[in-house]
Amino acid sequence: MTTLALKGLSPHLTYLLRLADDQLILGHRLSEWAGHAPMLEEDIALANIALDHIGAARALYQHAATLHGDGLTEDDYAYRRDTRDYLNALLVERPNGDFAHTIVRQLLYSAFALPLWQALMTSSDTTLAAIAEKSEKEARYHVRHAGDWFVRLGDGTGESKARMDAAIAALWPYGGELFETDATLAAAIEAGVAADPAAIEPLWRDTIEAAFDESGLPLPDRPGRQTGGRSGRHTEHLGFLLAEMQHLQRAYPGQRW
Amino acid sequence: MSGLTPLWEVFIRTRNGMAHRHVGSVHAADAALALQAARDVYTRRGEGLSIWVVPSNAITASDPADKDELFEPATSKAYRHPSFYDIPDDIENM
Repeated sequence: MTTLALKGLSPHLTYLLRLADDQLILGHRLSEWAGHAPMLEEDIALANIALDHIGAARALYQHAATLHGDGLTEDDYAYRRDTRDYLNALLVERPNGDFAHTIVRQLLYSAFALPLWQALMTSSDTTLAAIAEKSEKEARYHVRHAGDWFVRLGDGTGESKARMDAAIAALWPYGGELFETDATLAAAIEAGVAADPAAIEPLWRDTIEAAFDESGLPLPDRPGRQTGGRSGRHTEHLGFLLAEMQHLQRAYPGQRW
Repeated sequence: MSGLTPLWEVFIRTRNGMAHRHVGSVHAADAALALQAARDVYTRRGEGLSIWVVPSNAITASDPADKDELFEPATSKAYRHPSFYDIPDDIENM
């Protein structure tokens, strides 16, 4: 099993992989909490959310593989690509940190994913629209779960507030990348496949501002633009994540259950 | 953490027309988080249509030491069971 290098993908296929990679990488990050969460209830909650994300990733990869042809499967995308061929936003590969980091990352992402899925329910790609319809319900719960914790930790003890401040300072710079448009995305929007992030950003802001408002935490200025993930330029953290996630397929190429 | 976090009893209704049944308990800081925790812990396999959570300390329980005086008197009163009626054949669900 060799590394899969993806060259010259259509805007449609690239868009599907960007969506799927966000879901897989965030799902994997959340799965790292299994057995380590602050309490049993959250251990199970985070594992549930991880499985929602990984389930969406699988559906998107299967759809991409069908469009792609060449006998590719979902596993090829997940286990045979190196960091430069992953197209997830940098936000989702950020390490779990403490529970505050995980909650801030989850709210920043889920507040984006919910209106994104809602917009994609009318995509010209009917398979993508069906995946969006299923994922939208899951995302509604993710926003609620992360939002409720965001408020309680922000408006909790001095310790929890200090940890939230640190988490927001660390992750806020990665918020802006979610709303970037490049030529590939513009072409996918033009084709009616993709959702325009310009229409999603105000909805994201509404959710985020409401959470900050209720928590009493100060809302920072516009999110920063640490960028590069959508074109395969990642932080050093993704390589370590992939090394663990892909270990079995790299050590025993083609191994199956 | 769970030493500081209140305990909640969880009741789930599995189908319309059924009563909520006690399924277990969760730790959570407040009622909204208790509902979420109950959803995550007890409805992962499609078990529920509705969830109730109740603070465990709101439940007043009978003392196991009182069981003789509370429950023993009922065991000798078989006539309280509706088992002395002949049910007509046409009645299907009884």
